[in-house]
Amino acid sequence: MALQSLDILRRSATTTPSPQQRQMTEVAKLIDVTKCIGCKACQSACQEWNDVREEVGINEGSYQNPHDLTANSWTVMRFAETEENGPLEWLIRKDGCMHCADPGCLKACPSPGAIVQYSNGIVDFHEEHCIGCGYCIAGCPFDIPRLSKKDGKVYKCTLCSDRVAVGLEPACIKACPTQALVFGSKEDMIQHANERIVDLKERGFEDAGLYDPPGVGGTHVMYVLHHADKPQIYNDLPKDPAISAMVSVWKGVMKPLATAAMFFTALAGFFHYVTVGPNETDDDEEEHHA
Amino acid sequence: MQVNRRQFFKLSAASLSGSTLAVLGFSPSEALAEVRTFKLARTTETRNTCPYCSVACGLIMYGMGDGAKNVKAEIIHIEGDPDHPVSRGSLCPKGSGLLDFVHSPSRLKYPEYRAPGSGEWKRVSWDWAMERIAKRLKEDRDHNFIAKNEQGQTVNRWTSVGFLAASAASNETGYITNKICRALGIVMLDSQARICHAPSVSALAASFGRGAMTNTWMDIKNADVIIAMGGNPAEAHPVGFKWPVEAKARNKAKLIVVDPRFNRTAAVADLYVPIRAGTDIAFLNGVIRYLLDKDAINHEYVEAYTNAPFIVRGDFRFEGGLYSGYDASNPEVRYDRRTWTYELDEQGYAKVDQSLQHPRCVFQLLKTHVDRYTPELVTEITGTPTDAFLEVCALIASTAVPDRTLTSLYALGWTHHSVGVQNIRAMAMIQLLLGNIGMSGGGVNALRGHSNIQGLSDLGLLTEMLPGYITLPRDHETDRAGYLEKRTLKPLRPGQWSYWSNLPKFHTSLMKAWYGGAATRGNDYCYDWLPKLDKPYDSMRMFDLMAQGKVNGFVCQGFNPLASYPDKGKVSAALSKLKFMVVMDPLATDTSEFWQNYGEHNDVNPATIETEVFRLPTTCFAEEDGSLVNSSRWLQWHWKGAEPPGEARNDIEIMSDLYLRLKELYRNEGGAFPEPILNLHWPYRTPEEPTPGELAREYSGYALADLADPETPGQVQVRSGQQLSGFAQLRDDGTTACGNWIFSGAWTEAGNQMARRDTADPTGMGIAPGWAWAWPANRRILYNRASCDPAGKPWNEKRKIIAWDGRRWSGLDVPDYKTDVPPGGEMSPFIMNPEGVGRLFCADRLADGPFPEHYEPFETPLGTNPLHPNVISNPAARVFPNDRAMLGDREEFPYVATTYRLTELFNTWTDHVRINASLQPEQFVEIGVELAAELGIRNGERVTVRSKRGHIKAVAMVTKRIRALKVGSQTVHQIGIPVHWGFMGLTRKGFFCNNLTPYLGDANTQTPEFKAFLVNVEKDLSELMPHTHKPGEGHEERARPEVKLEAGVERVSWLRRILKGRTEA
Repeated sequence: MALQSLDILRRSATTTPSPQQRQMTEVAKLIDVTKCIGCKACQSACQEWNDVREEVGINEGSYQNPHDLTANSWTVMRFAETEENGPLEWLIRKDGCMHCADPGCLKACPSPGAIVQYSNGIVDFHEEHCIGCGYCIAGCPFDIPRLSKKDGKVYKCTLCSDRVAVGLEPACIKACPTQALVFGSKEDMIQHANERIVDLKERGFEDAGLYDPPGVGGTHVMYVLHHADKPQIYNDLPKDPAISAMVSVWKGVMKPLATAAMFFTALAGFFHYVTVGPNETDDDEEEHHA
Repeated sequence: MQVNRRQFFKLSAASLSGSTLAVLGFSPSEALAEVRTFKLARTTETRNTCPYCSVACGLIMYGMGDGAKNVKAEIIHIEGDPDHPVSRGSLCPKGSGLLDFVHSPSRLKYPEYRAPGSGEWKRVSWDWAMERIAKRLKEDRDHNFIAKNEQGQTVNRWTSVGFLAASAASNETGYITNKICRALGIVMLDSQARICHAPSVSALAASFGRGAMTNTWMDIKNADVIIAMGGNPAEAHPVGFKWPVEAKARNKAKLIVVDPRFNRTAAVADLYVPIRAGTDIAFLNGVIRYLLDKDAINHEYVEAYTNAPFIVRGDFRFEGGLYSGYDASNPEVRYDRRTWTYELDEQGYAKVDQSLQHPRCVFQLLKTHVDRYTPELVTEITGTPTDAFLEVCALIASTAVPDRTLTSLYALGWTHHSVGVQNIRAMAMIQLLLGNIGMSGGGVNALRGHSNIQGLSDLGLLTEMLPGYITLPRDHETDRAGYLEKRTLKPLRPGQWSYWSNLPKFHTSLMKAWYGGAATRGNDYCYDWLPKLDKPYDSMRMFDLMAQGKVNGFVCQGFNPLASYPDKGKVSAALSKLKFMVVMDPLATDTSEFWQNYGEHNDVNPATIETEVFRLPTTCFAEEDGSLVNSSRWLQWHWKGAEPPGEARNDIEIMSDLYLRLKELYRNEGGAFPEPILNLHWPYRTPEEPTPGELAREYSGYALADLADPETPGQVQVRSGQQLSGFAQLRDDGTTACGNWIFSGAWTEAGNQMARRDTADPTGMGIAPGWAWAWPANRRILYNRASCDPAGKPWNEKRKIIAWDGRRWSGLDVPDYKTDVPPGGEMSPFIMNPEGVGRLFCADRLADGPFPEHYEPFETPLGTNPLHPNVISNPAARVFPNDRAMLGDREEFPYVATTYRLTELFNTWTDHVRINASLQPEQFVEIGVELAAELGIRNGERVTVRSKRGHIKAVAMVTKRIRALKVGSQTVHQIGIPVHWGFMGLTRKGFFCNNLTPYLGDANTQTPEFKAFLVNVEKDLSELMPHTHKPGEGHEERARPEVKLEAGVERVSWLRRILKGRTEA
């Protein structure tokens, strides 16, 4: 089965190359916002399959519950009312990890193997290796990963890598009542999107289009939008997402320098210890400050 | 998270050294990518169907363990069944969260007892509880049973104990419940249908002959125009809504939404049109006028398949908002309907004029009737802008041609009105005029609410019903012959089938199933053992009588009436007057704790409530076998996947236990009219536990003697003891037994037809004839003979369902017609109607008129009716005097309120389901931006909504999706109130929307007017003054976030996000 393999393409903070011999079919989730009724079946199925449960929160005056992604809610329906395209529209967008071809989170992550990218395109977090530094949050152009207060680790959508690994579709895809979510090879999904765009244009949505932003090398979660020229009206879907310049600076220039600095700090610390001895602190004094 | 300086350094050092070590290459050796193990690899799969709505999606339940004897199965995951032809693997947010229903912390595990005046539950044994319940029931029955009425007529009824049946219980549970209740003489037997789709049964049966959704879920994909009016299918039936979306994507269909709110269905519609709640008839009569005016009707269809040519009696009148025969002095039956009938000829057939020119033919009467509903008047009443109304009319009219169809999807948005039945009637008439009934892609599709409320209606769990829509006798019907004669409908036109002419066969077979050998020709098949009605004891009347202290006991099976019935204050007071109440439920419902104080959400004093309460834990869907009937009339079997929690028992066992104990008591002690109890046919192998299979075989029917084949003399058609293959084999001589004639054929000699799983859809038109079994006779599209013209040619070759092959009618679907009657003859397609045709004019069937007429809701924002100021609201509706006093007026309550469901929750059930509670955690109301601005209410603030009957407090959701409407010279604001929150469960505690709703309903069915009433709204200041809360009330501390608009979430920089520690709340 073409979609099964989870051969590793890249691992965070790892210099040794991953096996390259096999290239598996790239997969994609297509989110057709024009068919989405915002029912939250995807949110429900996501919690159920992944054995996480969201807290019972509060209503802030919106259908959006929870109000944002959390370490338990890896996908959230975002609701927006707009009249800027003529008659009132209720734009409902399923938000969650985009599984970028060029993942900012993985690039930013300093912990080896905490973030991996499989050759089918899935970008997965392995929380047992996560050190909770939050760099992936900074690296993400879509503001997706969320740090858990409970265990200090970062969580996000796995595209149900456990299901895809055995040839099943992700849980949200299966649940979706209206075929607003479709899953398959990226090629097939682009073709499906193109058919949808023809239908939308016939219905008067001149600017209907596919959202597969090149700034992050394309994504393995794509949107069909009725107003593809204005992704920001869908609750701030970024128009031209790109990995933050800071991540490149960190990875390109800062990292070797910092590594050297850390090495020498450690060395200096070692010499300090053997020559001077450990640094003493008074616990009582600390308590007074706390 | 609080971190002191030292901890901070430690943390920083740890993470720094971790990352440093990693960067230096000292990574742990197991830092290799490994996905989470697939958790279902060796689970046991069990097929089931979703217990929530009537789409009845297929489920696969994954059970831990492989079935070995030493293992206790536990369901660990539930997902959609991809084979299921309707759901195709999908599940809505409720279905996707079912695991948390099965394992809800609110699941009841042990029988419990609440003593009079007590403030707590006491755990008791099953034996103790059942013995005490049986004794209390017998004591009351012996004391209050009415054998004869004041006129001396035998009535054999028991009116001091009420019984509410479930909406999600299996057919087998429903069947045995009805059998036992009627044997006891209970007439106050009702079900969820009363407050849900009872108007659908009335309206659709009165129009077409059968009270059910005409087409199937999948068939919606064949429509060209879809109108969602009186319903919000995306919200209430998300998976069924797959098919309208499919129609849009594949069939280039146009989706129209007409609703007070721009709702989730509107989010994907081509056209959204606002309307004032409670004015649908004005809109639809306007559509009819448009169609007649523009001549956009299917003439051949209207002439041949409707009663348009029928001539109505000369003394029929409609004047000043009243039909002829009105008598205001009779509070029960306002109209004498004698004039609402056809003019008959010497042979008793209705006179017709095929030219449609006769001034008193139905067509001309209809023209006159709707002539008042001009587009301008429609706007004046409904508030719908005229151009939008005309746009809808034009789209509807586009389907008058034979190769285009309109489908109507509606639900409680039409039934929950004092004119509920007539709302549906209006659409039925439109569809008949357009020739869209019987057509693939057409129909009037009643989207039933609960998973088996169709089945429980079919099984007659309604006060005036027996199984199969046979009505119970009235007091004056003292002999069986007269009773049958009245219901055995003779053809009103030559050559018609009039299938109800077979009624004696159905009725006799029912009595044989219930009373077995005791039912003989000599005793009129125990006719006198059936309770007789002096009036219908519907549940609206039941709670009214209860509030008057006239009901002593109440059994509540899988139902939460405290939350579900209008005017909660009244229902709560009613329950408090009971001597005893028995609740059977898988969950700890609000009703079961009506006596408990939950602060402002249920402000009662337990010490003053003398009701004895028994709470019995039952299985849920996952823990039992059985069948449910979905909205498309499919009987689908489901299988048990795990044992119930604790001591929970199946409803069938509980009812059987109760019956057997009563029987024992009557055998030993005697008592009031014990015969039906002692002689109830109970042929089950284990009397304490009849199996669902045994009960299904009984309602499907079996032969009691060898049945001769009527077609081949000398041959035996069915041997004694064998299952019947359908209702055509039923006999009126006592040689067949069948518990529900319309379910006959569900379990044949070939086995359980409801368990069939053939997914094949040979033509791709969305008919899977081998999946499960549909009543009647496995027909999937009702009235499908009308898909062909009178000459037998399909109106649309591309939508061919059945056709005449030269010898008989055949096709993909089972023909809804006598298969050997060639086309071109006299027989018309609506075989259940004595006229043989669909009814535009509903002769002598409905309580409030043969044509729909616009009447204002009982609480109207206009204070008048622009059509007839002297007849404002439905003149035939029943309003109890106490409730009339509780109606508010527009001066005090200026805003229109309407109630509805959300996708994430299912009534109050999902309040107990963690996943769903997290998706809609807290009560809110929707208020339009104009009204919010007027009242100074900001989004996210708390408001109090009041009606004459009570108040609720909720978060205000200020939205552009509800706009102010210009109605005549005034501006009408509408407020949306979702129905879900209560004082039990896992969501934040809320107020029942029924604190607000008026206690009155539809003139035919008493289904409450939940969808249009008056309220006032104000800011809730109690949070600013917490001291105003009553002492002892659990006031939750809650942080209210800053107020913001939905779309306006500001993006923060990555740095700020990290610095703020973007963690979960």
